[in-house]
Amino acid sequence: MRNLKVDSVDMVYELPKGGSVQALKDVSFDLTGGRLLTLLGPSGCGKTTLLNILAGFLAPTAGTVKLGDEPITGPGPDRGMVFQQGALFEWLNVRKNISFGPRMRRKPTGETNAKVDELLATVGLKDFGEKRTYELSGGMQQRVALARCLANDPAVILMDEPLGALDALTREKMQGLILRLWKDTGKTIVLVTHSVEEALYLGDRLFVMAPRPGRVEHVYDLPFANTGLDVEPRELKASPEFIEKREEVLSLIWEMEEQIMGHEGS
Amino acid sequence: MSEHGPGGLSGASDERTLQMVDKSGPFSGWGIFNRSGSADARKTVRFGDAGAVRSMPFWSLLSLVILLLAWWTVTKAWGFPDDFRQQTAVAFAEADPPRELTDNNLVTACRQSPDCDENGYSQVVAPTFFPSPADTWRGFNTLRTEGFKNITLWEHLSTSLFRVGVGMLAGTVVGVPIGFMMGLSSRLRGFFDTPVELFRPIPPLALIPLFILWFGIGNPSAYALLIFASIWIMIIAARAGVRTVSLSKIRAAYSLGASKPQILFRLILPNALPELFTGCRVALGVSWGTLVAAELVGTDTGLGSMIFQARSFFRADIVLVGIIIIALIGVFLDLIIRVVESVLIPWRGKGG
Repeated sequence: MRNLKVDSVDMVYELPKGGSVQALKDVSFDLTGGRLLTLLGPSGCGKTTLLNILAGFLAPTAGTVKLGDEPITGPGPDRGMVFQQGALFEWLNVRKNISFGPRMRRKPTGETNAKVDELLATVGLKDFGEKRTYELSGGMQQRVALARCLANDPAVILMDEPLGALDALTREKMQGLILRLWKDTGKTIVLVTHSVEEALYLGDRLFVMAPRPGRVEHVYDLPFANTGLDVEPRELKASPEFIEKREEVLSLIWEMEEQIMGHEGS
Repeated sequence: MSEHGPGGLSGASDERTLQMVDKSGPFSGWGIFNRSGSADARKTVRFGDAGAVRSMPFWSLLSLVILLLAWWTVTKAWGFPDDFRQQTAVAFAEADPPRELTDNNLVTACRQSPDCDENGYSQVVAPTFFPSPADTWRGFNTLRTEGFKNITLWEHLSTSLFRVGVGMLAGTVVGVPIGFMMGLSSRLRGFFDTPVELFRPIPPLALIPLFILWFGIGNPSAYALLIFASIWIMIIAARAGVRTVSLSKIRAAYSLGASKPQILFRLILPNALPELFTGCRVALGVSWGTLVAAELVGTDTGLGSMIFQARSFFRADIVLVGIIIIALIGVFLDLIIRVVESVLIPWRGKGG
């Protein structure tokens, strides 16, 4: 299990009209392999920027990012990516979407096929392998995206608001699936979300981030992800401990929002 | 909506009931009065509901009948009386040598006959200028069996089709890579912008004189013109096609371990196919029009050349047959592309 090491990362965007925005300032953490980290915060706090840096899509202006001992300099199959939506290849059927990674990396066909069968069963799409992706519902499409990323057996899975476009019911079901995949595969997951409840329920560790400049404001280590599968999710989310944490984080974010409003008002 | 199988949502079965009501009338399948076969029939807001507007086949058929009737009226109503035509036909057949029953010969016969008043039929449109449907049909049959000037209709037609095929293929093979380069690199975008924006507005026909000077009359001129007609369209279609790829797809593919050539051929190319097909459709239409015009002056075979030569011999029937065939082939080519498109890229418009 390789750790994800982020060391004093700065990210400054130069604006085309001059001036700049500090999207991240001095972000450092060391995430032990196998943990599920959720990133939460108001818009502009740099959570997606941080995820893109971890994925290797963006190079930070200062600081280093490492997976194990390897510095991250670009995207690679050791870090799988799940987007909110629209990242499936609609000209390929579900099977071909899932096997895209192994096929591009020229893995043996037989091995890949067996893997795809297994993954289809894992994400509950056993009979949908030959379907086109646009024939599936939003939730099913995200299941395909999850399976596609797992097909490469990455060390880390990065998710950018993976459930953001789904309806509330599907969202809850998918949260369960993500938890189960995390437990079964033991992979490191970093998940960006807008939903406080989702961040608390899924995060075995939670970063509440703050804007201007983007930074990690608060770190929580949470028990809910570890018990999440044994208890009924609705029950867990209605438990006093969960509600207490939820109110705490919510008020934290409200405070930030108010500061931003005040900042803009002045 | 037909994806909903039996026992689907209750909404689906409602729709089926409505369809049954819709189809009860004798003409409803033809869509004469109703918006056929859907819940649209129950909509109360209709004017402005542009998404529900379909082409009703009955009305298309009606306009075709009106067109044919108008043609028949204009030509036949003022044309030779049937009894005169029959008399002349008999006379022509008995003559030595037998004369062909063409409009020209009919006009001559009319002038020579005391019973036939030339002005009585030819004041508005003489058959020489605008043959009737029946004359045109005869012209088509002559063309089909004997050809015109020793070249059969099929030869003219296949020559034209072959030229368009070659021209389009060359235009696509050269244009698509250039369009891709323009879509993928700012430098190449800048470099090719100048020729593309400069040459694109030139009507291909304006280059006919130049191409005849350079390549002479015949195939080389025609090919040069067709490549010129299609290449800009294909470049722009390919450029637009590249742009339709979303950054998240590209990023996802890189994260899955794809190399740059794989990104190009396994992602950008299939993703651009819908736009490329649209480009092909437009280019084919433009090429077909350009070709026929080019053949008028630049070649001695092909449909355009055929109607141009027929004009010199006052064979309006051949001209008309040529025009109708050009129209029908144009429609047919577009239809073929649409069918190929629906088979090859069923995901069109469904990305996301």
